[in-house]
Amino acid sequence: MPNVLRRPWLWAWLAAAATFAATLALGSGRGAGGLAYAALSFGAFAAIVGVGQMLVITLGPGNVDLSIPATMTLSATLALKAMDGAPDTVLLGLGVALLVGLGTGMANFALIFLLRLPPIIATLAASLVYQSLAIWSNRGLRVKPPQALAEFATGRTLEIPNVALVGLALSIGVWIVLERGVWGRWLLAAGQNPRAARLAGVPVERVRATAYLSVSVFAAVAGFLLASFSGGAALNMGAEYLLMSIAVVIIGGTSIAGGFSNVPGIWGAAFFMFLVVSMLNTYGAGAGARSVLTGVIIIGIVIAASSRRNHA
Amino acid sequence: MDEPALQPTGPSRETAPLVTLTDVTKRFGAVTALNRVDLDIRAGECLGLVGHNGAGKSTLVSLINGALAASSGRVDFPASSADHALAAGVRSVFQELSLCPNLSLAENLRIAHADLRGWGWRRRAGAEIEASLDTLFPGHGIAADALVETLSIAQRQMVEIAIRFSPLGGAPKLLILDEPTSSLDAGIANQLLEAITRFCDDGGAVVFISHMLGEIFRVASRILVMKDGHIVADEAADHFTRQGLVDVMGHVATAPESDSEASPRQLGDVLVEQAGLQARRGEIVGLSGLAGHGQAEALARLYLDATSAWRETGTPPMVFVAGDRKRDGLLPLGSILHNISLSFLATTARWGLVDRASERRVGDEWQRRIGIRTQTLSNPILSLSGGNQQKVLFARALASAAPIVIMDDPMRGVDVGTKQDVYALVRAEATKGRTFLWYSTETEEVCQCDRVFVYRNGAISAALSGDALTEAKILEASFEMQESEA
Repeated sequence: MPNVLRRPWLWAWLAAAATFAATLALGSGRGAGGLAYAALSFGAFAAIVGVGQMLVITLGPGNVDLSIPATMTLSATLALKAMDGAPDTVLLGLGVALLVGLGTGMANFALIFLLRLPPIIATLAASLVYQSLAIWSNRGLRVKPPQALAEFATGRTLEIPNVALVGLALSIGVWIVLERGVWGRWLLAAGQNPRAARLAGVPVERVRATAYLSVSVFAAVAGFLLASFSGGAALNMGAEYLLMSIAVVIIGGTSIAGGFSNVPGIWGAAFFMFLVVSMLNTYGAGAGARSVLTGVIIIGIVIAASSRRNHA
Repeated sequence: MDEPALQPTGPSRETAPLVTLTDVTKRFGAVTALNRVDLDIRAGECLGLVGHNGAGKSTLVSLINGALAASSGRVDFPASSADHALAAGVRSVFQELSLCPNLSLAENLRIAHADLRGWGWRRRAGAEIEASLDTLFPGHGIAADALVETLSIAQRQMVEIAIRFSPLGGAPKLLILDEPTSSLDAGIANQLLEAITRFCDDGGAVVFISHMLGEIFRVASRILVMKDGHIVADEAADHFTRQGLVDVMGHVATAPESDSEASPRQLGDVLVEQAGLQARRGEIVGLSGLAGHGQAEALARLYLDATSAWRETGTPPMVFVAGDRKRDGLLPLGSILHNISLSFLATTARWGLVDRASERRVGDEWQRRIGIRTQTLSNPILSLSGGNQQKVLFARALASAAPIVIMDDPMRGVDVGTKQDVYALVRAEATKGRTFLWYSTETEEVCQCDRVFVYRNGAISAALSGDALTEAKILEASFEMQESEA
């Protein structure tokens, strides 16, 4: 079998390309360029949280961060409140968002490490606290992002959406760390066999802590950008990214059993997830039918990709 | 296939081989693991199968038991005229254990014995496994409802063997034992060898793979030597001498060095001191005693206490060579090179990035020094045979600059030639000032150490060195008042 067929990211990209073609074939009302631009803009948010989620899922069975939506909401709410729409506060807002990410990441890992809670329980319980903090600080007022920030988030450079460029830069950074970095090797080792990794001298707990911090920081950045992009924070803004962050990781070819991750596949999967929804919109499917079909398609592609990998 | 079945009671059936391999070849991609092999195995025979790591021993038995299909040639079972190994009464004990860790002994037996069903199957399965264990290993002390994950590796090996020896609704005719004694101590191994002899006397056949030539000579009636996928010798056991066998296997035969021959080493300060265990700089310290009496735990505790799961200090204070490869050593998805380099990546890295040139260089050097049989280190780790995987773990540990090397029964599945190489390597490294803590289930091996701590019931029962370091003394200290075992 040619080598390229074994690439785990291939299937996500093929699926994205097929959906892209199917949407265009029906005439979406906009051309290929418009559709691709929209996919890049919206796919970027899924890709950013997906890359973070991938690091945690790579740690092995049971490792997942379910607090991503709450972290996104909290980071966006606090950052926008700190900036209060004033100009020249963009860096302050970014700083607040990053601090929120570090804070929730540390809280998550403290629960996991100190209280020995399963990550699913720990992050889900913690996310209730983060969401409550966001509600408490928001008080229903809807602050607009500063003008410059809103323009940046919705703008483009060289015909590519700025949010996609930020997402790409983050992904390339993670990709380099995973492919070339010592930390990446450690992460993969800890995901394959934590005991063996520990006995081979890998600082396993530090690797786990870094992974949980990273996913929270990535979620915080995604929340900050999303609020700037859509003109303000909303309490349910992160909701769809819970399933999304996990789906893009799995569809992208990362092993759910840990020890193997794949950055390019995340982007293919993120495009695919956006394109499926716009394809169903083009077909005129209602909200209910859209959810059902999205679910069926995700299950189908996960089965196809995983059974293929087992035979390889 | 039914032709022989037309005459089910002819005299030819009495002497027909249990299994016949005719011109069998097995290829894995470009690699020919087994090349045009012919073989008959008859009832009552105990076939000793020897050869270096990667010679094709495991491939040969996998073809007999049906785990692999031959690329060309035929595998038949004339005596039973069955069309597959299970129906012909072929049972296998693998080098990599096949038990489910989260199930009890009885439940594991049930997996192999599909007819055991209906109310009370757990009780019946428990009785069956207990009976088999009692016959094979009197005084084993393992309960039928214990979970496999709570057992030591030696106990798991005993259970695995006992399951294959039990009736399972039929009768075993041919037992394949791939390195069955590798994690057993001398006493238990002895019981197993006796059971094998009894089984053959009663008309069963055994294929016995071992790197311990003493065991081969003790039980085998016929010895088969493999080298690079060929059978290079196949004769009655009494036609071989120990040295002759080593020569046929194709290793440069080295007479076992006596301790006096080795240059005396200068032992330095005490580097390790924990729970009575002590080691000085440049010393090779052995841990002995019956398997599962706390040696592995003592070593793991020592390592985990000395290293951190948070800090990373450049050159580690000590490194660990795992004997239980699957649980403690291997990264199953990684390449051979990534498995080796894990121990020294951080020391050669720049800006947190792996120095891939030096990684490759060190990997190649260790492949050469320790003889890892593969075309390229980029191959997946699981493409290697068990013994070669073990060499990778040695390379991982020795390639780091750590002053202390902990070895937790690391010679499981390693052939005689490689063992000699590793002994030489260990002595050379010790001369340079490295300290070794070496747990082994082979008494012969620990007798090469400078000092030996014998463990019994989780504590040190004797510390032996110099003239007091003999096999008899070790056994005596292992068995607490059980003089007969020595």
